[in-house]
Amino acid sequence: MINLIDTPGHIDFSGRVTRSLRAIDGAIVVVDAVEEVMIQTETVTRQALEERVRPLLFINKIDRLIKELRLPPDQIQEKLVRIIRDFNRLIEMYAEPEYREKWKVSPTAGSVAFGSARDRWGFTLAMAQKRDIKFSDVVEAYEKGRVDELKQVVPVEEAILDMVIEHIPPPHVAQRYRVPKIWRGDLESEIGQAMLNCDENGPAVMCVTNVLVDPHAGVVATGRLFSGTLHEGDTIYLIGARRSSRIQQVGIYMGQYRDVVEALPAGNIPALLGVEGVKAGETIATTKDVVPFEQIRYISEPVMTIAIEPKHPRDLPRLVDFLNKLTLEDPTLVAKIDQESGEYLLSGMGQLHLEIATHWIKKAGIDIVTSPPIVIYRETIRKRAGPFEGKSPNKHNRIYIEVEPLEPEIIELIRKGEIGEYTDRKTLAKILRDHGWDTDEARGVWAVDEKGNILIDLTKGVQFLHEVREMISAGFYSCMEDGPLARELVRGIKVKLVDAQLHEDPAHRGYAQIVPATRHALYAAMLSADPIILEPVQKITVKVPVEYVGVVTRIISQKRGRVITIEQREYVTQVIGEIPAAETFDLAEVLRGGTGGRAFWGLEFSSWQPVPASMQAEVIAAIRRRKGLSPEPPKPEDFIER
Amino acid sequence: MGFLVFVGMGLCDELDLSLRSIDILKSVDRIYAELYTSYIPHLSVERLEKLLGKKVEVLSRSDLEEKARETILAEAKKRSVALLVPGDPMLATTHVALRIEAEEMGIRTEVVHAASIFSAAPSATGLQPYKFGRSVTITFPEGGKLSNTPYEVLEENSKRGLHTLFLLDIKAEAGKYMTIRDAVHILLQLESLNGRGVVGESTLGVGLARIGSPDGVIKAGALRDLATYPFPNPPYALVIPGALHFMERRALELFAGLGE
Ligand SMILES: Nc1nc2c(ncn2[C@@H]2O[C@H](COP(=O)(O)OP(=O)(O)O)[C@@H](O)[C@H]2O)c(=O)[nH]1
Repeated sequence: MINLIDTPGHIDFSGRVTRSLRAIDGAIVVVDAVEEVMIQTETVTRQALEERVRPLLFINKIDRLIKELRLPPDQIQEKLVRIIRDFNRLIEMYAEPEYREKWKVSPTAGSVAFGSARDRWGFTLAMAQKRDIKFSDVVEAYEKGRVDELKQVVPVEEAILDMVIEHIPPPHVAQRYRVPKIWRGDLESEIGQAMLNCDENGPAVMCVTNVLVDPHAGVVATGRLFSGTLHEGDTIYLIGARRSSRIQQVGIYMGQYRDVVEALPAGNIPALLGVEGVKAGETIATTKDVVPFEQIRYISEPVMTIAIEPKHPRDLPRLVDFLNKLTLEDPTLVAKIDQESGEYLLSGMGQLHLEIATHWIKKAGIDIVTSPPIVIYRETIRKRAGPFEGKSPNKHNRIYIEVEPLEPEIIELIRKGEIGEYTDRKTLAKILRDHGWDTDEARGVWAVDEKGNILIDLTKGVQFLHEVREMISAGFYSCMEDGPLARELVRGIKVKLVDAQLHEDPAHRGYAQIVPATRHALYAAMLSADPIILEPVQKITVKVPVEYVGVVTRIISQKRGRVITIEQREYVTQVIGEIPAAETFDLAEVLRGGTGGRAFWGLEFSSWQPVPASMQAEVIAAIRRRKGLSPEPPKPEDFIER
Repeated sequence: MGFLVFVGMGLCDELDLSLRSIDILKSVDRIYAELYTSYIPHLSVERLEKLLGKKVEVLSRSDLEEKARETILAEAKKRSVALLVPGDPMLATTHVALRIEAEEMGIRTEVVHAASIFSAAPSATGLQPYKFGRSVTITFPEGGKLSNTPYEVLEENSKRGLHTLFLLDIKAEAGKYMTIRDAVHILLQLESLNGRGVVGESTLGVGLARIGSPDGVIKAGALRDLATYPFPNPPYALVIPGALHFMERRALELFAGLGE
């Protein structure tokens, strides 16, 4: 039994790639022989290696080398050698040391295949030798119009199947080394052992990697069952959502259809029907106390937003439904209602990503009007400040808060999902101590915000503090959603609760009192800590004929970007650079115009970087105006009461 | 010279105002009232205005908590202002923050007292005021979580043989009043969460409804029975007595139907 999951190759959908990777043990990376290794190839290969999924290589579209580029057999071979070398360089770069050599691909080992998917032929080296096919025969087949014969002698599916059988391990072998990487629980525990051994008699643990809304069957949750057996009618726990549900039906994929089965054992990829409240990334188990799979890690973050409105108000419920469905299927899309304007906002990883999403909405028959895309910013601070006092509206409670920039490596741990709200507090303290935090801070963590912020309790002996913990955390979270400069999301701050004075009676220290007190202290502290706006910067890879390199580098620097490398290849030159997302709106036209349409290019999220100092005030004012706020951001004094 | 006077409105209706209060209210430039911290069951602002021959402006929570400096305090700097408050202005309703702020701004302040649940509870039940321990509000759960403070307060007081007065949460803006039945359920829930045997279904309690009003009711009995007793409309309070003095027991029998 072999499960195949197709993932879109387009960079803007890499979220879906990551999710699928969790479910599988091997990946066939398809590279276009003409384009060679592209930025997308790099992204998916890196993601596969991070999940300890073994990548194999299929070099596709050999027909184009022959028919379009008219390359002779020796040059075809040269090109293929270069692709294999570049691909192995990715493995060298991104694989963990113990897999670096083992997982490199080579034709002699049979971990590379060549072919043309369109013309349905393909072979591994072993197959070619056995059937006595050489590249010169392939060239000849195309020249003499005998491609049909080729696909009889060396069918592409056989090449792929050979590769998979030879190099991709069965679940019980793969799980031995994959589980320690992708699951953070105790490997010695009963559950840990069951998963390591892919034990179908152990407790069931499944990682949901995809949730689809089927028009007939409803919500379908698909994922990898790492241990145990799931039956129709089983009661299961959703560890993340902290609820239980019943499995209405268990299905197994046969091609693109689902067959209903009574039960499925560990190692399979079940499709579950009727699981209420399930989301992609959820851990499902038959026992409650299972450490969930770390949150599935996304390499990319949303950088652009559009407002969506139905043309006919009566379509609103359908639009809301469809947006829910869309974000369930592609969690890298984020839909949100703007509290003030009541607009529906959809955020994604770039202009193209959002264009594709709106295309789906329109295709579903919902007429919509969309705003032009706007860039998403972040707010952060650059120095330490505080403690600042925040008073509750009734003045009977005081909260004291200090802030400082959070270490970049900790932000990265949060972003990758290696630590988060779900991390067991002991483990969390240990990880933070290993990164140089002192014991009090590491132990005092109250909240980890997924945007890269942490709340720590450093108070000593404050009476009633445990009763207001959730309220202070709620104040913290709400500020992180809503930064003081421009009400953008906050990133990279460490918030320290250093003291609190609370009213004796719970009626005088509820949410309505403690949340504002926390917000005031936190805003005053952030505004005093050299706050700035960060903008998303994207990595751009452009492939152009060498004579256009000057044009491309000029365009990149005109757009506040910088060129990182220029690499000469045989037919094209590859320019890699960085460019702020805010400057990418007319990039397509400018690049097309400048190069006469000869540039192939792609964008990928790279990092959050400070908006240049000279532009800060202007960017803040523009965001604030757009949100209907006064252009001037508040001052710390506005939150400090005498 | 500005002036701010806090006037207690008592427990039942406008007739709880003392003659002194009425004198003062008639003499001030401006009268405000806050009605969100408690519930005065029979109060009519219209009748009150007629009685005083003056307009009474009702303030919201945000007027008093967030905007006090710009509104009531700014005005009290120049003119004489009265703030009408349910019960006694400084007891259950803790307007002391406002008074301190006013004094710090150089505004002269004064308080005119009235009946409060804090005095009415011992008065009405016959339980000795000297023997009450800390009081506490039983609050509605927030964010799905109950405050544990009521349990801790009861535990401490009971250990020392003291009576405990529970105020029952009011969300006046939302028209939500905790009933004695709710309060009993919450206490029993806290007991099952803490499990230290502080309170149970048969624990003796005294339910107070509309104390200070002609239709007020006091009923002593096991919490189990109080939870189903037909008390009139809000507001409510609950007392869990500590060790009873013989006089207190007799008072509960005669005034609160203990043992009936
Ligand atoms: N010439 C040629 N075109 C191909 C070959 N395989 C796929 N294509 C074309 O490449 C385009 C993208 O294919 P698709 O399967 O959608 O790519 P995906 O996005 O990676 O799934 C389509 O227009 C295919 O017809 C091939 O072997 N030769």
